[in-house]
Amino acid sequence: MDRAAGAPLLRVEDLRTYFELGAGTLRAVDGVSFALHPGRVLGIVGESGSGKSATALSIMRLIDPPGRIVGGRVLYREQDLMRLPEREMEALRGNRIGMVFQNPMTSLDPSFRIGQQIAETLVTHERLSAAEARRRTIELLRLVGIPDGERRYDDYPHQFSGGMRQRVLIAAAIACKPDVLIADEPTTALDVTIQAQILRLLADLQRRLGSAMVLITHDLGVIAAMADEVLVMYAGRVVELADVDTIFHAPKHPYTRGLLQSLVRLEDGRDSVLQPIAGAPPNLIDLPPGCPFRPRCIHAVERCATELPPLRKLVDGRQVACHLAVAS
Amino acid sequence: MTAPLLQVADLTKAFPVKGRAFFGGHAPTLKAVDGISFDLVHGETLGLVGESGCGKSTTARLILRLVEPTGGSIRLDGRDLLGVAGEELRALRREMQIVFQDPLSSLNPRMSVGTNLAEPLRFHRVGTRGERRDEARRMLEVVGLQPHDFDRFPHELSGGQCQRLAIARALVLKPKLVIFDEPVSALDVSIRAQILTLLLDLQQRFGLTYIFISHDLSVVKRVSDRIAVMYLGRVVEIAGSARLHAEPRHPYTRSLLQAIPLPDPRLKRIGDFALLEGDLPSPANPPSGCRFHTRCARRMPRCSAEEPALREVAPAHLASCFLYQ
Repeated sequence: MDRAAGAPLLRVEDLRTYFELGAGTLRAVDGVSFALHPGRVLGIVGESGSGKSATALSIMRLIDPPGRIVGGRVLYREQDLMRLPEREMEALRGNRIGMVFQNPMTSLDPSFRIGQQIAETLVTHERLSAAEARRRTIELLRLVGIPDGERRYDDYPHQFSGGMRQRVLIAAAIACKPDVLIADEPTTALDVTIQAQILRLLADLQRRLGSAMVLITHDLGVIAAMADEVLVMYAGRVVELADVDTIFHAPKHPYTRGLLQSLVRLEDGRDSVLQPIAGAPPNLIDLPPGCPFRPRCIHAVERCATELPPLRKLVDGRQVACHLAVAS
Repeated sequence: MTAPLLQVADLTKAFPVKGRAFFGGHAPTLKAVDGISFDLVHGETLGLVGESGCGKSTTARLILRLVEPTGGSIRLDGRDLLGVAGEELRALRREMQIVFQDPLSSLNPRMSVGTNLAEPLRFHRVGTRGERRDEARRMLEVVGLQPHDFDRFPHELSGGQCQRLAIARALVLKPKLVIFDEPVSALDVSIRAQILTLLLDLQQRFGLTYIFISHDLSVVKRVSDRIAVMYLGRVVEIAGSARLHAEPRHPYTRSLLQAIPLPDPRLKRIGDFALLEGDLPSPANPPSGCRFHTRCARRMPRCSAEEPALREVAPAHLASCFLYQ
C-alpha cells in the first residue's frame, strides 16, 4: 500500500446498503470503506451473499427497492456521488465510470445490433454524430479483439459466442475511456481458455487507458492474476484489506486463511487433505452481535461473541477485522 | 485384473439440426459426442473435462440412457445397456445414478427431505414404507445432514445441504456407478471442499465407481484416478491424473492447463498466461482434420486434412495428435 500516495480516484467511506424485507433488515453492505488509486486494480473477493455485488451496485447507485443505501459516502474525484442529482449520476455512469457485469446476454439488448449498442453510449455521453460514433465503435471492436468490425457491427447479440459478447460489453464499458472500470464477475460465465483472453484484454486496456479497476469475483485464481490490492468481504463487511501478496502469503483473518486452505489447487495430489471451512455463511437478517464469522471460526474466543471487531490498520499497512489478529 | 464395470466403445450421438438435406444427402447433424471409448474399473474415478460443447454432459446422459445414442456400445458389468428395455432397463438404471450441478433439479420441492430420500426406493418398490423411512434416515446421517432435517423442505436448506441431499438421494438405491455433473460448480469455495471430502469418503465407504465431470481441472484432478480431456465431441487425451498434469501431451490439454489462473500471485500474473487464439468452433460445424487445429500453435499442414487417432503415447497414456504419431 506504499503506492497509495496521491489522491485516490474513488473513495468509499462507511458504505451501508440495507434491504427491508418482510423477515427483517438484511444488511447487504454494512460499513465498507476503501480507496482506489489511478492505475490500480482492487479485487473484491467473497462468497455469495457477502455483499460484493451489492457494493458495486451501490457505488453506481443502481440499488433497487427494497434495497436502499442508508449511509456512507462514495467520492469520485472528491465529489460525493451519493449527493449527486440522478441526471448527473447518469452522465457519469458508463462514461467516467464503466461497468462490466457477469452475464453478457442480459446486459445486451437482444433486439438491437451490437454496434448500435456501443455507438449509443458514444452519442449520449460524447455527443458524437452517428457516422463518427460508428467509426469509433468499429475501432473499439478491433481493440477488444473482434476482427471484421464493419461487418459485425450489424450483427445481433445472439450471433455472438459468450466470449465475443463479453468483448462487446467491454467495448461498451470502455467506449468513453472511463477513469474507473467496475467489473463484476466478468469471466464467470466463460470457459477457461476464453476467460484468460478476456482477463488479458481487461488488464491491457486498463493499463493503456491508465484507469483504475474494481474487479469483483469469487475466484481467487482470477484475483491472484489481476489484483494489486485485495478486499475480502464476509457477511457485508470488510474482514481484510491488503496488497495481493500479503493476502495470499500472509493472511491474518481466519476467514481469509480458511478460504485459501479450502481451495483445491492444481498441484494437489490425490492424498492431499482437503480443509473445508465448517458450517455455512450466516443469514444476514438480524445478525447476532459479535463477529459474523465467529460460528465458523476455529480460533473464536468469548469476546468474539459479544463484540464486533472493527477494521483496524496494522503496522504492516494491512487492515483486518479480527480481535485476535489485532492482538497478535 | 477384474473385468471393467463400464465399457464405452465408439459412443456417438448426433442431434439433428435445422437445415435441410441436399440432393438426397444426409440431413445436417450436430455430433455432440463423436466416437468416444473408455473403460472404467470398479472403485475407480474417471474425470471428464473440457469446455462448453465438448460433449462431456451428453456423454453422461448417454451412459444413463437419458439420451439415446446414435452409435456405439455401453456395457455395465458386461451387460449390454443399449439392448435392454422395460423392466430390465429399469433394473439396470438402479445401478447408475447422477448428481447434477443444481441439486434442486433432482429434488421435488413439494416433498419433505425424508420423502425425497425415500422416493427412489418407493419407485423401485424396495421394502415397506417403514423400512424406506428408516433407510432415508440412515442416508441423511451418512451425508452429514441432521436428523431434524428429515421433515424440512429442500428450499429451507442451504446450497451445500441441498447438494448433500441430492447425493443421499443418488446413493439410497446403492448404485455401482455414480456420475457427478459439475457437482460443486455452483457452490462457494468454502463449501466446495466439504462436498468433495464427502464424495471421497462415500466412495471409500461404499466402494463406488465415479465419473466426475467438471470444467474445473483442479477439482477434477483432485478427485480422479484418470482424466479424459474432451474437445468438440472427441476425447483428445486420457491419462492418469497426476501424469496428465505433469506431462500433458495434447496441445489442447496444455492450453487448458495454462489457462487456469492459479491462486498465487507469485506463480502467475495475467501477463504470464499463454493465450489460446480464437474462439471455440461451433460443434455443429467442427473444423476438418484435427478439430483443434484452428487454435493450435503447433499445427502442421496435415492437421487440417487428416484426423489423428487416439493412440498410446506412453503406457496408459493416450493422445490424438500427429506430434506423436
